[in-house]
Amino acid sequence: MVLLIEIIPDKCDFCGCCVGVCPEDAIELKEAEIKIIEELCTNCSKCVWSCPIEVLKFNFDKTAGKKNEK
Amino acid sequence: MKNEYDIIVVGAGPAGSIAAKYASEKGVSVLMLEKDRDVGYPVRCGEAVSLAGVEEFVKPDPKWIASEITKFSFISPDKTEVLIPFEGKGIILERKIFDYELANSAAKNGTEIITRAYVNGLLFENNSVAGVKYEFRGKQYQIKSKIVIGADGVESRVGRWGGLKTFSDFRDMESGVQITAANINVDPNTCYFYWGSEYAPQGYLWIFPKSNGLANVGLAITGDIGKKRSAISYLNDFMNNYFPNASVLSSVAGGIPFTPTLEKIVNPGIMLVGDAARQINPLSGGGIISGMIGGSIAGKVAADAIISNELSKIYEYEKLWHDRLGKRHEMFNRIKNGIYKFSDEKYDQIAHSLVGLPDEKRSLGNVAKRAVINNPSLLIDVAKVFFSK
Repeated sequence: MVLLIEIIPDKCDFCGCCVGVCPEDAIELKEAEIKIIEELCTNCSKCVWSCPIEVLKFNFDKTAGKKNEK
Repeated sequence: MKNEYDIIVVGAGPAGSIAAKYASEKGVSVLMLEKDRDVGYPVRCGEAVSLAGVEEFVKPDPKWIASEITKFSFISPDKTEVLIPFEGKGIILERKIFDYELANSAAKNGTEIITRAYVNGLLFENNSVAGVKYEFRGKQYQIKSKIVIGADGVESRVGRWGGLKTFSDFRDMESGVQITAANINVDPNTCYFYWGSEYAPQGYLWIFPKSNGLANVGLAITGDIGKKRSAISYLNDFMNNYFPNASVLSSVAGGIPFTPTLEKIVNPGIMLVGDAARQINPLSGGGIISGMIGGSIAGKVAADAIISNELSKIYEYEKLWHDRLGKRHEMFNRIKNGIYKFSDEKYDQIAHSLVGLPDEKRSLGNVAKRAVINNPSLLIDVAKVFFSK
């Protein structure tokens, strides 16, 4: 399993707070649309702590690693 | 619409609109792009400003004044209330109308405005920013300009693409959350500020009254506090305890960079204004007036640089901003670092000593003095703020 940061889009206010603290430019925000660019994200978690309304959270990518399970 | 403009402003908030207004006033061609559907929406702001600050840019209009403020109320952790008359007059804005008005004033001067235009990159020529790429109704466009003014808010990426370091440390980024609620029975002419660990540790909670029992109730906490508990949970607790019968009409959240201005706000072909440049007062978190001041300076400097055909003149903006407000914000930041770390007991001590003063001696200067007694290292900075012009 791999630790991931996940956004719950239904709860998101699209305020851009997480974008402003992301040192990797890994969060993209358009009108009513937000996504984390996984290749750039380092899981530093700054976006999680700065979100005022708990939209971002840690999650585990349960599919990761399965390719190696033989 | 043209293929090329002298200036492109990205973001139609107060800083962007004022930059566009002042630039187009000088006769240069200006295009302003806004990513949202509406100028001024969603509103992410407490909406409190000084009337004098607004008057510098736009004639006051009852349409966008929700209430007038004549007093401050400071409430300490043990619920001691200190009422202080406000020197001058404050107002609570209706930002949705106010922002329209500012954009309208830019348009009247000749600025072209497109909403739902999502800027997703910059154009470069000879190592200088030379325009923007944007998406509009699913199609990609490119448009050239001599100067790009980034007014794209706290989430600014325009600056980053232009080689400016716009990232904020999460410890300095306050997590703000606010509701506009009905049935908030407070004095409609008083702004309330709650301090202490119960309400908003390393920040403050505010109630800014609008008309007819409506009020903006919000708070901001640092990312460090947010690690342990979210801003919204503090606000929910406050509302349940103090206004259980309130009805929430709208809610917003957002980051407030309680920091001094970025070290660099200009690079070849690009200037940053407002929240994007971190032109927020780091003590109060207020950014409307200071953003408009930044925008006005940038707009004028950019237009002058184009008219004189000396684009390197845009660097003058950094100095002019620092002379007008930037240095002052650095001082506010030092004061904030002292005051926001006070313990609950210290806030209570200050409130108790102020309550004992006769009404005429209660002033913001006296609040500052009492704060200084508790942290003498703040003395010089506070003195500079309150006793210099």
